[in-house]
Amino acid sequence: MDAVTLEHITKTYEKGTVRAVEDVSFAVKPGELFGLIGPDGAGKTSIFRILTTLLLADSGTATVGGHDVRTDYQAIRNTVGYMPGRFSLYQDLTVQENLNFFATLFDTTIAANYALIKDIYEQIEPFRDRRAGKLSGGMKQKLALCCALIHKPTVLFLDEPTTGVDAVSRKEFWAMLGQLRQQGITILVSTPYMDEATLCERIALLQGGKILSIDTPDNIVRAYPHPLFAVKTDAVHSLLHDLRAYTPVLSSYAFGEFVHVAFRQNQPNNDAALRDYLRARQHTGIVVKPIAPTIEDRFIELMTANSTAAHGN
Amino acid sequence: MRILLFLLRKEFRQMFRDRSILALIFLMPTVQLLILPQAANYDVKNINLALVDHDHSSYSRELTRKITSSGYFRLVGASPSYPEALHLIEESQADIVLEIPRGFERNLVREGTQQVAVAVDAINGTRAALGGAYLTRIISDYNSDVRLQWLGPGPARGTSVIDVAAINWYNPLGRYYVFMVPAILVLLLTLVGGFLSALNIVREKELGTIEQLNVSPIKKWQFILGKMIPFWLLGLLVFTIGLLIARGVYGIVPVGSLGTLYLFAAVYLVAILGFGLLISTYSENQLQAMFVAFFFIMIFTLMSGLFTSLDSMPAWARVLANLIPLTHFIEVVRLIILKGSGLAEVSCQLGYEAIFAVVLNTWAILNYRKTT
Repeated sequence: MDAVTLEHITKTYEKGTVRAVEDVSFAVKPGELFGLIGPDGAGKTSIFRILTTLLLADSGTATVGGHDVRTDYQAIRNTVGYMPGRFSLYQDLTVQENLNFFATLFDTTIAANYALIKDIYEQIEPFRDRRAGKLSGGMKQKLALCCALIHKPTVLFLDEPTTGVDAVSRKEFWAMLGQLRQQGITILVSTPYMDEATLCERIALLQGGKILSIDTPDNIVRAYPHPLFAVKTDAVHSLLHDLRAYTPVLSSYAFGEFVHVAFRQNQPNNDAALRDYLRARQHTGIVVKPIAPTIEDRFIELMTANSTAAHGN
Repeated sequence: MRILLFLLRKEFRQMFRDRSILALIFLMPTVQLLILPQAANYDVKNINLALVDHDHSSYSRELTRKITSSGYFRLVGASPSYPEALHLIEESQADIVLEIPRGFERNLVREGTQQVAVAVDAINGTRAALGGAYLTRIISDYNSDVRLQWLGPGPARGTSVIDVAAINWYNPLGRYYVFMVPAILVLLLTLVGGFLSALNIVREKELGTIEQLNVSPIKKWQFILGKMIPFWLLGLLVFTIGLLIARGVYGIVPVGSLGTLYLFAAVYLVAILGFGLLISTYSENQLQAMFVAFFFIMIFTLMSGLFTSLDSMPAWARVLANLIPLTHFIEVVRLIILKGSGLAEVSCQLGYEAIFAVVLNTWAILNYRKTT
């Protein structure tokens, strides 16, 4: 049995004018670390709120741990852990009091499930008498994770846990998720950061409330259909402009200090021809090198394909 | 039950940790009860009088002396003409102009009748009405004095004067604060029950902590009781402080039974907590809740008979006032504290409060949803 299933879930806001989630279906296997990847407004939080029984979908069915979100919500509330995107613990209670409070809500104690949170809690234990509002961002997030875990949930929902967290804490956080996965907890995590997608077992790429693709990160990258080149010259701004004017180029977008370029036709002399073109356009310091695509490249490719298809209609 | 106890513990912990709220809870009743009854006073004093005396006779001087020695009036100017005196009113220096015409004494003596003119600045209605009434009273007093003088000593002949002797029951000295203090106690309960509870729940919404509670197995009734009980206790505490201040500072000791008073306060608090809860279910943030609560509490206060008498309101306003929980409690608190009414006399109002409590709380509970 799948830990989480969604079938044709649709959710609209403002009397149907804003389509937040459109006909989304996917399933998460028990023990899986599943990522919802997409920019702000892609519908990630709406999906999380539907699955945690905080929001009712307009249509479609969804289950968590075999329980229907609409009819069997009480059972779901007993068994899931939810960490919302915004820090939402009691700022005026201490670390220990918060943890204790959430344990009691689920009719359990810290001691009963201490093994589960031990690794994470040990990092914040020195501050256990400090009020939650006075913790640093990374500490708050660890506390929130502990509170979401304290009742030993079967499914853990983490809504953008790393947004607004520094790079080191982000790395630590993903390491913690890896450990939790080994304990058999199914984890659903959402993030706008494409680089974090590779840390999930499977991901769903979301855009505008629709799923663009669901697969393992490797397969998603592998499905990228074109050879990809990274291009750099001394004049970055006019480079983008010139690339867009160059007909053989299918797509070009800034990616760090480079511009990622894909061609319409897969010719062996594409890169040489591009170099000549750029030289003719008075560019200096030209670098053109083939690179392996990333999730983000695939995301942009799917997104543009999707929007041209939509415009074609 | 264990979960409810834990919710209560958390609520009290947060309450005692928020020092500014805690201070406010104790300062509010003290300050309100010390300041309001003394400042908000219907006794009109220091009415500024401008005199236009065209007569300058001993009779007109006698009248002036009588007016100024009454303690209510302050002579701010003696103008030679009515237009000049009116100018003082225009400049807000005078509230009332008294014009004594030429030949006042002569006409009074010869013809036994004379008119004086009184012009009142009626911007402040109460001040104008009472000031005018005081002045008329003093003049008519003076009038009968003059007549008695003429009639001379001995048995009264031909004139019969009705002398009215009034006794103020329940508030023998007619002191305004005796009337105000019990009502302010009610206002305090309303603020604690209505405002604080609404803001507290909406704060959980704002911080997002309510979502964490909604995703937990905690039941609706546990959450709502967990919010209501602390403010209910707090309300009774504030009420007690208020009663102690009323006793210590104003010497107002409830004539009726304390048990009846507390029973009423307890039921009233449930009603007003339901009101706060209802506001919180409709508001998204503290600002909204604050404005809505303020809107209603303003209407409640002004229409409840706290300052003005219910009986003098138009019929539709009386109906509206009866739909306000505050109205009945203010009436009852005055009845119990000042008049000593027992449970039997106030059972009708208690019934009203019970209905409010049931309706408001049911509405709030139905409207509170864990899922949107």
